[in-house]
Amino acid sequence: MTPGADTHFTRPLLRTPFHERQMRVSQVDSFVPWSGYTTVDVFTSVEQEYFAIRNSSSLYDVSPMVKYRIRGPDALRYLNRLCTRDIRKLRPGRVAYTVWCDDAGMLIDDGTVFCLGESDYRLCTGEWQLDWLRASAIGFDVVIRDETADLAALAVQGPTAAHLLKGAGIAGIERLKPFEHGEFRLTAPAGGSAPLMVSRTGFTGDLGYELWMSPGDATTVWDALMGFGTSRALRPIGSRALNMARIEAGFILPRVDFTSAAHSLFPGTERSPLELGLAWLVDFGKGHFTGRRALLAEQARGPRRQLVGLDIEGTKPAYQALLYTDRTGRRECGSVTSATWSPTCKRNLALAMVAAPYIAEGSIVWAEIYLNRELQWQRRMVRARVVPRPFFAPERRRATPPADF
Amino acid sequence: MSTTGAKVHDVVIVGGGHNGLVTACYLARAGLTVLVLERQQYVGGAAVSRSLYPGFTYSNCSYVCSLLRTEIIRDLDLPAHGLQIIPYEGGCTMMRDGGHLAVYDNHDAMRREIARHSHHDAEAYERYVRDMLRHCRFIKPLLLREPPDPTSWRLRDLGELAFLARHLYGLGEARIYDTLRFFTMSCADMLEEYFESEIVKAHLSGSSIIGTALGPRSPGSAYVLLHHYMGSIDGAVGAWGFARGGMGAITRAMAASLQASGGAIRTGAPVQQILVRGGRATGVVLADGEEVRARTVVSNLDVKRTFLETVAAGHLPPQFLEQVRRFKIRGSSGKLNIALDALPRFPAIPAGSPAIRGDLHITDTLDMLERAYDDWKAGRWSREPYVDMLIPTQIDPTMAPDGKHYMSVFVQYCPYQLADGEWNEQKRQAFGATVIDAISRHSPDFKDLILHAEIRTPREIESEVGLTEGNIFQGELTFDQLLFNRPIPGFAQYRTPIDSMYLCGSSTHPGGGVMGAPGANAARRILRDLGRGQ
Repeated sequence: MTPGADTHFTRPLLRTPFHERQMRVSQVDSFVPWSGYTTVDVFTSVEQEYFAIRNSSSLYDVSPMVKYRIRGPDALRYLNRLCTRDIRKLRPGRVAYTVWCDDAGMLIDDGTVFCLGESDYRLCTGEWQLDWLRASAIGFDVVIRDETADLAALAVQGPTAAHLLKGAGIAGIERLKPFEHGEFRLTAPAGGSAPLMVSRTGFTGDLGYELWMSPGDATTVWDALMGFGTSRALRPIGSRALNMARIEAGFILPRVDFTSAAHSLFPGTERSPLELGLAWLVDFGKGHFTGRRALLAEQARGPRRQLVGLDIEGTKPAYQALLYTDRTGRRECGSVTSATWSPTCKRNLALAMVAAPYIAEGSIVWAEIYLNRELQWQRRMVRARVVPRPFFAPERRRATPPADF
Repeated sequence: MSTTGAKVHDVVIVGGGHNGLVTACYLARAGLTVLVLERQQYVGGAAVSRSLYPGFTYSNCSYVCSLLRTEIIRDLDLPAHGLQIIPYEGGCTMMRDGGHLAVYDNHDAMRREIARHSHHDAEAYERYVRDMLRHCRFIKPLLLREPPDPTSWRLRDLGELAFLARHLYGLGEARIYDTLRFFTMSCADMLEEYFESEIVKAHLSGSSIIGTALGPRSPGSAYVLLHHYMGSIDGAVGAWGFARGGMGAITRAMAASLQASGGAIRTGAPVQQILVRGGRATGVVLADGEEVRARTVVSNLDVKRTFLETVAAGHLPPQFLEQVRRFKIRGSSGKLNIALDALPRFPAIPAGSPAIRGDLHITDTLDMLERAYDDWKAGRWSREPYVDMLIPTQIDPTMAPDGKHYMSVFVQYCPYQLADGEWNEQKRQAFGATVIDAISRHSPDFKDLILHAEIRTPREIESEVGLTEGNIFQGELTFDQLLFNRPIPGFAQYRTPIDSMYLCGSSTHPGGGVMGAPGANAARRILRDLGRGQ
């Protein structure tokens, strides 16, 4: 070790290939850890960053996304046994959002599967899974490799994302359909060139793309996008702005909306995909997959609780609020897992785990919210209505070709 | 025979170790008159700080504080009586080829450290920690409870059994299997369900053999690992670490707490016999013939020393005595306490790494540990011993002069009985030399820095502290000697075959380590029997 050099015990978190560029634009030096990397929480202002997602374009560094390459003669059979969706339907050039469970049908995590070719897949997920992936690989001829550090990744999300990518020098991007991926080349007008894989995926529920590249090309791509984007209100965003958008889009986060069966300590804290409102991802007709028997039993039994969307009165977000059956607050019936004020919908939104009698659309529950009026804390019982998710799903997210502005 | 006037104490406690003091404190707080009788000139038993070389303080028996129950610290107001537990960070296992596996507090640093040896193991470590925490969560509520007798129909036992059953069945099917399996598994089998790297397994299995006459491949060693692991998840900040001023700071605070609530301590007062009249304990006789009378007698001594040496055999049922004789309390550990002129260098540990401030070990593989155990079975000390070394003076400023350091070296394995005849001074020195040579192979300047070394075989631990065979846990922590089987089936609730006589040492549930739980549980049992329980 060179004296003074960083090592894991002096600087435990790794830096992404975009770190240095992001440091230059970070005004408030606010970072959070994500799967072993340090990532930006907020660059300048959460509100401004949020509106870049919904009004123009945003750049979000998703390099820490954990990526596993899964190859080998049994790759398809393996993934189809691992995941709840039918991976056989996934053609090369396509991406699928899926979840995977343990034997008891409890969710381990969610992520996206990229079909890169025959018997060649990439699994992208927020947290490490190698232990489970390897345990699941017994009896399958597959090779699983962690590619996290080999690929830098950048999410470009917002209604002007396609125009921005085109302007930054990625020709043909407008032909990419939702959940497709393809190989592209960035040829920046100001010079600089890089091969990229682009997928039309994201975590905002808006028009958006994810760019996957060699770490050596990261700054070239960043500079090209920022160079063209400055006149179009492009902004790098941190995880806090993204969190508002993902709640509007109804997406769930591990450690926030559910505890992975791989982490749970207390019995009974695990959640099934059915409980998380992800029944549409579970394909009972595809043959055996891990957790199928337990999930079938759960389906037959009916849900005990479910993650639902809540539209809450007032404007104060119901962070971690307990939910009650009526205004008196005598009987609990659930709790809020994620909450935000939605600046676009002008609604007070939340995701909440609610007991079975109250999961139907239109059900009313009461949220216990604490208000801080200049250090004078007040308790409010606020009416909340169960509403469908996503809360915000603009048509533009699906349009092909997308709007060119 | 003299008597101490007409004074009859409510309670006399035989032995001033940490459990004896804990029992005494709780009883004194309940308003009883309590007298603790300690053989040595100082209290503490195996939780002591001693000055054996000018300017240095040694924690010469127990050396880290990981298990002392927060509830006890709080109930007895120990911080107000001077106890300060300071956390330590780091740790490292050094390999013969110069490699190492360090321990870091930071989760990401730890993960990357394991990934240097195996990427898979770095991820499997998360599952390992999860499962260990699950087991700890299962055990922890049982520590400060009296183990129920499964053969009894008394309401209290049935209630406690129901609690245990609810607790177990609350885990759900899969975790019940895991929990039951865990208690009887070997540490090696358990670790092999997670890890592929030899050094990761060897590093983690160290805690499964400390103080135990088991090898990492012996069934039951997985639980010993958990027993050590429990302290590190206490939840309360600072619950894991060094006692500032050495382990004696714990028992000093307990003694002060006892005196503050009216209890008395007599040191230099060795108890020769517990007096029994009509099947009832009535007091004790000291070595000088003085008789101390009491309505209740509590023994902090281990179960063998209590019943085979301190109670006349005629008072005890023969079958009970036979079970006491068979109780496993085997000496397997030695200890070196070393005064150092400066901090020794360990080239395997990277410069600037906090690893050196934690527990340091020397081993490569599970097999190497198992071979060290083979030596013990053959009646000799391990030729390549497993050591648990700590240099607390890097953190605690009170134990050595500036720039100088105290090093505690716990050694596994060292037999109580050697195959080639009795221990003698020459063999004791040879044992010390084996350990010092082993350390020197990883620290070139170590030998030159030694100012003084106290070398303790199981014989010294026994003769000084009174622990039979020098077993640090007052009895092996194997499943046949845990819960309702500890120490003797049918006598797991701190009572004995003699009325108004109790046990409160680590021979009782939940076992050894500077935990205090046996002492606290015994006090609760006594108070209930006296009709003072809540």
